[in-house]
Amino acid sequence: MDNQANYAIELRELTKTFGEVVANDKVSLTLRRGEILSLLGENGSGKTTLMNMLSGIYFPDHGSILVDGKEVTIRSPKDAHDLGIGMIHQHFKLVDVLTAAENIILGLKGGGRLDRREVGRQVKAISEKYGFEIDPDQKVYDMSVSQKQTVEIVKVLYRGANILILDEPTAVLTPQETAKLFAVLRNMRGDGKSIIIITHKLHEVMAISDQVAVLRKGQYIGTVPTCETNPQKLTEMMVGHAVSLNIDRPKTEYQDLRLEVKGLNCRGAEGVKALEDVSFEARGGEILGIAGIAGSGQKELLEAIAGLQKVESGHIFYYPPHPNSEIAGLHVPVDKAGEELVGKTPTQIQKIGVSLAFVPEDRLGMGLVASMDMVDNMMLKTYRQGKGPLVDRKPPRELAMRLKEELEIVAPSISTPVRRLSGGNVQKVLVGREIASSPTVLMTAYPVRGLDINSSYTIYNLLNEQKKRGVAVILVGEDLDVLLELCDRILVLCGGRVSGIVDAEQTTKEEVGLLMTHLSGTGKEGAAV
Amino acid sequence: MSVHTEHREPLIRLAKRDDIPRAQAWAIRAAAILLALVTGGLIIAVLGHNPIQVYASMVEGSLGKSRVLRETVKKAIPLLGAAVAIAPAFKMKFWNIGAEGQILAGGIAASYFALFWADSLPRPVLLVVMAVAGILAGGVWGLIPAVFKARWGTNETLFTLMLNYIVLGFVRYLQAGPWGPDLNANGYPKIPMFDSAALLPKALGVHIGWIIVLAVTALMFGYLKYSKQGYEIAVVGESVRTAQYAGMNVSHIIRRTMFLSGGIAGLVGFLQVSGASGTLTENTAGGIGFTAITVAWLAKLNPFVMIAIAALLAILEKGADTIQTLYTIPASAADMLTGIVLFFMLGCEFFISYRLIVRGKGERTHE
Repeated sequence: MDNQANYAIELRELTKTFGEVVANDKVSLTLRRGEILSLLGENGSGKTTLMNMLSGIYFPDHGSILVDGKEVTIRSPKDAHDLGIGMIHQHFKLVDVLTAAENIILGLKGGGRLDRREVGRQVKAISEKYGFEIDPDQKVYDMSVSQKQTVEIVKVLYRGANILILDEPTAVLTPQETAKLFAVLRNMRGDGKSIIIITHKLHEVMAISDQVAVLRKGQYIGTVPTCETNPQKLTEMMVGHAVSLNIDRPKTEYQDLRLEVKGLNCRGAEGVKALEDVSFEARGGEILGIAGIAGSGQKELLEAIAGLQKVESGHIFYYPPHPNSEIAGLHVPVDKAGEELVGKTPTQIQKIGVSLAFVPEDRLGMGLVASMDMVDNMMLKTYRQGKGPLVDRKPPRELAMRLKEELEIVAPSISTPVRRLSGGNVQKVLVGREIASSPTVLMTAYPVRGLDINSSYTIYNLLNEQKKRGVAVILVGEDLDVLLELCDRILVLCGGRVSGIVDAEQTTKEEVGLLMTHLSGTGKEGAAV
Repeated sequence: MSVHTEHREPLIRLAKRDDIPRAQAWAIRAAAILLALVTGGLIIAVLGHNPIQVYASMVEGSLGKSRVLRETVKKAIPLLGAAVAIAPAFKMKFWNIGAEGQILAGGIAASYFALFWADSLPRPVLLVVMAVAGILAGGVWGLIPAVFKARWGTNETLFTLMLNYIVLGFVRYLQAGPWGPDLNANGYPKIPMFDSAALLPKALGVHIGWIIVLAVTALMFGYLKYSKQGYEIAVVGESVRTAQYAGMNVSHIIRRTMFLSGGIAGLVGFLQVSGASGTLTENTAGGIGFTAITVAWLAKLNPFVMIAIAALLAILEKGADTIQTLYTIPASAADMLTGIVLFFMLGCEFFISYRLIVRGKGERTHE
């Protein structure tokens, strides 16, 4: 019993099921005071479900929760909050038009009077204590993602939380911002707060935590002290078997100019400037990474190239593949002097013999039709082929069967609606279809988001294969470690502008991180190309 | 230990079903119809009649003799036609509730040729011209909201609904003026009956509209399932973003589909004026465009299933007519019976998509 009192939180055999799915199966876990625990696991391993039970969003089917050695019942977020448990969600729950301070006190009970000065003072005190940078009077809509996160954290601290749960807090942060967050977390630990951080980035686990708890498919695998483990061992715990963590970067024979983007300007959905004077080249036989904070113009850039985004000014020139490369001559010959893609619709681009493959970020909302089966999804871009008013489902059926086998897509059959497939299999269907069109340019946005480690490596290999065939691969990514290992060059976007194009083998994560938040001199762009 | 657990769960909660075995779905539907009949029976009993007798008369009155059977088929034709008409629009998630107006628009155009060209055109030509005019007029009436939606993003539900009133007002105007008293010798405000040349021939005692509608139904099934355009409609309905990504011209597809939808409704209008009533009246559409939504929805937009649903509704309607006269049950009560059956049928779809979990049961069964 002595020991138990040392635990800020003890979970005993928590079980939660959703229908047939057992999200958590008798998970037990302990968290000491003044400790940072990483909760590690692949997507779908039950991390978020477990934490949601702790913060009162779900109620466990079975098992018990002990806070400070006493068994408690957490029925609602309010109960959790009364017990000093605060959760910082992946998607922020802030009111845009209110200030930081207003958001922090929002929903708190109290008299009718709001003493802004007093709130501001307390917020300042918390910030100074732990090293946050926050302006209580700043409106949320003026804040960067990292500032919004700060508000969320201060909010739970203001409400007196002693136990903080952060759900993938670094997913939206640059390396510099991550470092800042970690410093703050360490200060909190020093102050005796207990912290659980949900993540699947191994190097962050190693950097921040004292203990690592691993979940796999809803099962609790074990807890190990961070200092006694390494990324390789943790991966094996997560996946259940040994995997190689090295990403290949093969050398290719031909590197020829494929896409030339010149002074591209365009506006996003709300008329906000999304791309400003973007210029770069993409070559066949290389992977060009595109890094940047989410919403820096990545989506608009890819969609502009694909002919889906209206361009205000600028050019996109396409050049046919090198005559010696594998993919040469597969399509209608294109003007060697370059074909302008700006102002053309996707169909027009296709008609002039430009084979663009595009794996968009929104897989089920844009790249695929969620309610249709694999066969019907295979023909999304090719259904016009063949004479007559009827569709020919034979070629797509054959393609679906081939892909299912080659990419080991796990699906009851090729006539199962794709929305029933798991994230990794959905992505294999999409990437497989795009690659099957034997593209000369392959654009992918966040291709491994939400995928387990094995599927991620399948996707990396597929990209590398295309690169070796002479395809110009453009990869928008969020995990800088992966971009640095996989890409040949990395283009960094910052606020819709190119802040730098760097050689992936020479550069460091810190350099890319800096470019993500600061526009360097324009000289750099020219120099690196 | 965890004594609190049990208090948490609400008495009944809902869970979305992922999939349901076909047999179970049909069992739920059968149960729904049975419940509807029982509930309806209670009402009949309260009105002082024998439910079983009344039900028997309903069947007898709608299917029993070849004469009443023909009447029932006549009721089913426009219902099925209109349901098939809105199917492509609904599949595209374009909420066309303007079939009513599109039927009338088609009816007006067909009537124009029936009233003024009957003498100068040979009969087959006249009928074809009337049909084409009906299709074009209905198509244009369906196209208008599509153009506005594609251009300015207007709400198609309100738009198609409002267009219904415009065309209905126009029919009243025609009745009261140019096509009514002016054409009738006695100056009666009613559009005169068509010349017999402008009436559809009959097959098996019913105007040949039934053959036309069945053919359109089969064509629509194939169109939605096997044609390139049908595939485009399905993709646009699922996600406009995906359609654009696939290189589809979304506004063109919306316009084309709505022209088709309105065109078929217009054809139904032609069948109504030329086949069913022999003239144009305010009641040519008579709510068919709205009832068709129920038919299409219950059939899950499958044209072949629509045949069964349209038939069922026609039977109910005809049966309700019969018991009104036979038992002097008020018309409103007879309509209520129809309403109850529909309510249960629509309601049971909810239980096919969701299941109820009673406290302490359901999710724990696997342990």
